Amino acid sequence: MPTLETQQFSVSFGPQHPSTHGVLHLQMDLDGEVIVNCAPHIGYLHRDFEKICENRTYTQVIPFTDRLDYIGAMNNNFGYCLTVEKLLGAVIPERAEYIRVIIAELNRIASHLLAVGTFVQDLGAFGTPLLYCFRERELILDIFEMTCGARLTYNYYRLGGVSADIPEGFIQKVKDFIRYFRPKLTDYHRLITNNAIFLIRTKEIGVLSKEKALNYAISGPSLRASGIKFDLRKEEPYSIYSRLEFDVPTRDSGDCWDRYIVRMEEMEQSLRIVEQAIDKIPEGDFIAKLPKIIKVPAGELYFRTESPRGELGFYLISDGSTKPYRLKCRAPSFSNLSVIPELVKGVKIADVIAILGSLDIVLGEIDR
Amino acid sequence: MADTDWVLALKNKFSEAVDEVSSGCLVLPGEDIFRAINFLKREYGFDYLMNLAALDYKDRLAVVYNLYSFKLKGKVCLKVFLPRDNPTIESMTGIFAAANWQEREAFDLMGINFTGHPDLRRILLPDDYAGYPLRKDYTKEGFLPMPTV
Repeated sequence: MPTLETQQFSVSFGPQHPSTHGVLHLQMDLDGEVIVNCAPHIGYLHRDFEKICENRTYTQVIPFTDRLDYIGAMNNNFGYCLTVEKLLGAVIPERAEYIRVIIAELNRIASHLLAVGTFVQDLGAFGTPLLYCFRERELILDIFEMTCGARLTYNYYRLGGVSADIPEGFIQKVKDFIRYFRPKLTDYHRLITNNAIFLIRTKEIGVLSKEKALNYAISGPSLRASGIKFDLRKEEPYSIYSRLEFDVPTRDSGDCWDRYIVRMEEMEQSLRIVEQAIDKIPEGDFIAKLPKIIKVPAGELYFRTESPRGELGFYLISDGSTKPYRLKCRAPSFSNLSVIPELVKGVKIADVIAILGSLDIVLGEIDR
Repeated sequence: MADTDWVLALKNKFSEAVDEVSSGCLVLPGEDIFRAINFLKREYGFDYLMNLAALDYKDRLAVVYNLYSFKLKGKVCLKVFLPRDNPTIESMTGIFAAANWQEREAFDLMGINFTGHPDLRRILLPDDYAGYPLRKDYTKEGFLPMPTV
């Protein structure tokens, strides 16, 4: 009997493809529909952020951090400022701390909304869930716009505080948003979470075991979906997080659905944080009184914060001058993406989209 | 660095380990680093490579490892100094899968060679790129320093 001969072939997924969430290139060897081998190629957005920083003063670096993870830019500002302030030994006014946390958590919600929206869109729910998410995200962006004038790259945090006080009507607007957004989350659960097609596409797809997650230094929602209850806001509380009440949602199986649901539940927790903080904003300065030209004492440290995507760390070396001697950025998406070749081995090509979407990567911080 | 159990154990086991006050890191000679990290992982559960950074101190280069243990909720920072002309160090890919890309980045931008790395090639820059941009002495045609502020 004659046998049918088959051969493997290679497909380039990206760099220009809407489902890669940026300019990511996956070179995949396929056996029919099944992936035999996958090699990610990154670096299309590389601009050597770390080198740029060595030639800028500490304050001038802040707008560059916006462009790392541009979906959660406020959190990047936050992480960088905290790192420098730690070396600087600056005392941040109470009011600034509250503003920072409220803004960072609102940004986390906006980021997760985009993650969930595009994830569901990638799975074929064309339009509706994505636009719902964008509708809600828009309200947060409006709040940011009235606070700092920008909608994507904010440059709002400063060493010692924030660049401007919250405007009139800010508190009311945030409260309105909370009241509006809570029922919307329930709507999303009804629309997406237990949708039969969504379950088929995500349950037991791209299972990331606990051991593998640790081995690849996965962080953020993806780590928590693999059964590790670890959130830096809880474990190493910075700013005023130790005074706020919130839970760390986790799941055990580490599949795409778990990563999705962890993000959904984190939005609820972020709402809780904002709700507590907004009522307690004290009067006072919004920025500490620091010299105009900031010289950071010589020293070295690694400091990490919880960005929407995971552990955002900065390794900073200061030589006592006005510019960082070396600033290494540990981007959460970089490590999170590195597990892709292992995760997609043996799955069908359609599931790659699901796995990639559920990891929620931002190429801006991978390529730096 | 605060003398935690694991730091004391490391100092006992590796007599050449010294504290570096400015960074709080433990400085180890290059030939010990693989065994030291393996020891930390096995004995103390340091199973998470938070960060791997390549540094340039003008007279020499360095690689720094920030490890975290979920079991002990403890951190440790290890540093290895390397000569400028031939910076070579053992790869940690055998211990942490996360080291794979992090080391490729260090190789790409700082030009540090990791022996035993399964796939050591440039990751962010094009494959045919010459030079290591994060080194302090890096220059390129048309590369101008920032005007002073």
